[in-house]
Amino acid sequence: MKRSNEPVAWGLFGAGGMLLALVGPGLVVATGFLLPFAEPAAAFHAVDALIAHPLGKLLLLAAIALPLYHTVHRLHHGLQELHAPLPHGLVALLCYGSATVLTIASASWLLVR
Amino acid sequence: MSDSIAIYVARYRPGQDEAPTEQRYDVPLSTDLSVLEALNYIKDELDPTLAYRWSCRMAICGSCGVMIDGEPRLGCKTFLREFADRGELHLRALDNFPVERDLIADVERFMDHLETVKPWTVHNSERPVSEGEYRQTPAELERYQQFSQCINCGLCYAACPQFGRDDSFLGPAALTLALRYNLDSRDDGSAGRMAALNADEGVWRCTFVGYCSEVCPKDVDPAQAVNRGKVASTINYGLNLLRLARGEHDT
Repeated sequence: MKRSNEPVAWGLFGAGGMLLALVGPGLVVATGFLLPFAEPAAAFHAVDALIAHPLGKLLLLAAIALPLYHTVHRLHHGLQELHAPLPHGLVALLCYGSATVLTIASASWLLVR
Repeated sequence: MSDSIAIYVARYRPGQDEAPTEQRYDVPLSTDLSVLEALNYIKDELDPTLAYRWSCRMAICGSCGVMIDGEPRLGCKTFLREFADRGELHLRALDNFPVERDLIADVERFMDHLETVKPWTVHNSERPVSEGEYRQTPAELERYQQFSQCINCGLCYAACPQFGRDDSFLGPAALTLALRYNLDSRDDGSAGRMAALNADEGVWRCTFVGYCSEVCPKDVDPAQAVNRGKVASTINYGLNLLRLARGEHDT
């Protein structure tokens, strides 16, 4: 029997789900409620300082990329489960491809900042 | 409670019928009568041509699994009193398998999958009897005991949408038994079973619907077992990448 490459997708899916469960509510509170009501200059400097630090960059990348892979994995398998009459390979390519493109874009932006 | 209940049984005679058709039997109702006993009543008193599987009557042989009002259940563990208010119930052979005759499903595919995962203790070298038994601590037993309660009734296969879609999927019970032996301290066969688990037809076809665990009459929780198999397979995948990076053989 041929070894499946699904562990890669499932690993990213699992990591994303775990991260969302742990920091998701905190992110919603911080970005949705606290930042909009904070003093704009102070909020900008706080976020800027986070992005300036390598560890902050890494955390942000993880908080962006892993939930992305989590979401597209759900979409991919959800569409299959709903018996959507779409070509399996193309759906996989679009899902994981878009997550990868967005991950690379975020990483590049974080690196040049 | 009325004194009888209408049981609609999907009949199918190979070579005669195009497709299964329902036949109604009226069975006297009592609070302690199981669906299996009702089938025995039909066979003895009403229609000797009815075909169905059964043996132990006590939820251990795993033979009498049928679809009861669309749900995979054991005939011996389901009682007519549950359907008394409605006054009727519908029986058909287990879903996701070809029908052999009446309530008998052809479970050959399931048996093949069981064999694939080598559900027995594999030893690298046989110990002479004089060396005594293979001993195990209660903690070592605890690791796999729940998964060893499987009676191979096949209800989880009738419940699994992935097996229904593509029966090359090894399925809940076979993957659970693979884990059961992989977790057994007396077993050396784990490496041999991983090839099956690692395949698309192995743990990776499962999308954690979880209906297998809902219908399991022995509370084995195959969904948990399959997902633990995914963790094991992911670790195995990573180790294989390391081996490949060191120029060793792909396994």
